[in-house]
Amino acid sequence: MQPCHIVVRVQPQDIDILAESASLTAGRTDIGALVTFTGLCRDEGAQLAALDIEHYPGMAEAEIARVANDAAGRWPLSGLIAIHRHGLIRPGETIVFVATASAHRRAAFEAADFLMDYLKTSAPFWKKEHATGAQGIWVAAKTADDADAARWNKPR
Amino acid sequence: MSGQPLRLVYFAWVRERIGLAEETLTVPADVLTIADLAIWLAARSDGHASAFAMPEVVRAAIDHVHVKPDTALAGAREIAFFPPMTGG
Repeated sequence: MQPCHIVVRVQPQDIDILAESASLTAGRTDIGALVTFTGLCRDEGAQLAALDIEHYPGMAEAEIARVANDAAGRWPLSGLIAIHRHGLIRPGETIVFVATASAHRRAAFEAADFLMDYLKTSAPFWKKEHATGAQGIWVAAKTADDADAARWNKPR
Repeated sequence: MSGQPLRLVYFAWVRERIGLAEETLTVPADVLTIADLAIWLAARSDGHASAFAMPEVVRAAIDHVHVKPDTALAGAREIAFFPPMTGG
């Protein structure tokens, strides 16, 4: 089996999810499943002007790469993309994009789910919400995300 | 470890409370672990004390790798302190 092609990026600019998805399947006929997840900036009640995402340069890329390599070790993937933005992000915009490609769908679905659970708990990013006309407030981490990440460690 | 300058970096509200994004400090020989370092840093200023007021909430990384509070500092070049992460 060919090694899994892994792309990890941390960037301020918007993500071209169609182009990134296409890059996983271009020229390949052995891929039967392509799963993508897009995390978007959500504005509940029209209060949010923007999210400001702080990150730890160097560690953000390293940690996402660690999780990606872990996923490639657990599932038979032909390709994997994980891109996370930082900086100012407005409601409706993409924050994170994950794509997995495999011969069959089970691996692609599970690997994408696993990646997102770990991105939410171990990738060094911190969101600050800026409501219109108010001082920014740091978003608090959710215990549900830790529980989601923990389920991948249960014996199967 | 004693006498070696250590680079410390801070993020999110840890950074805001301390009032610094980073500092380089020489840490005493009896500060052996991350937990020891958090206690030692808390005594440096009101801002540091506020950042480490609930030490169980503050996370740490050594040279870009997550570590637990009982992890030894020996060999570390850069230590980061930050709140639980909210990426994704």
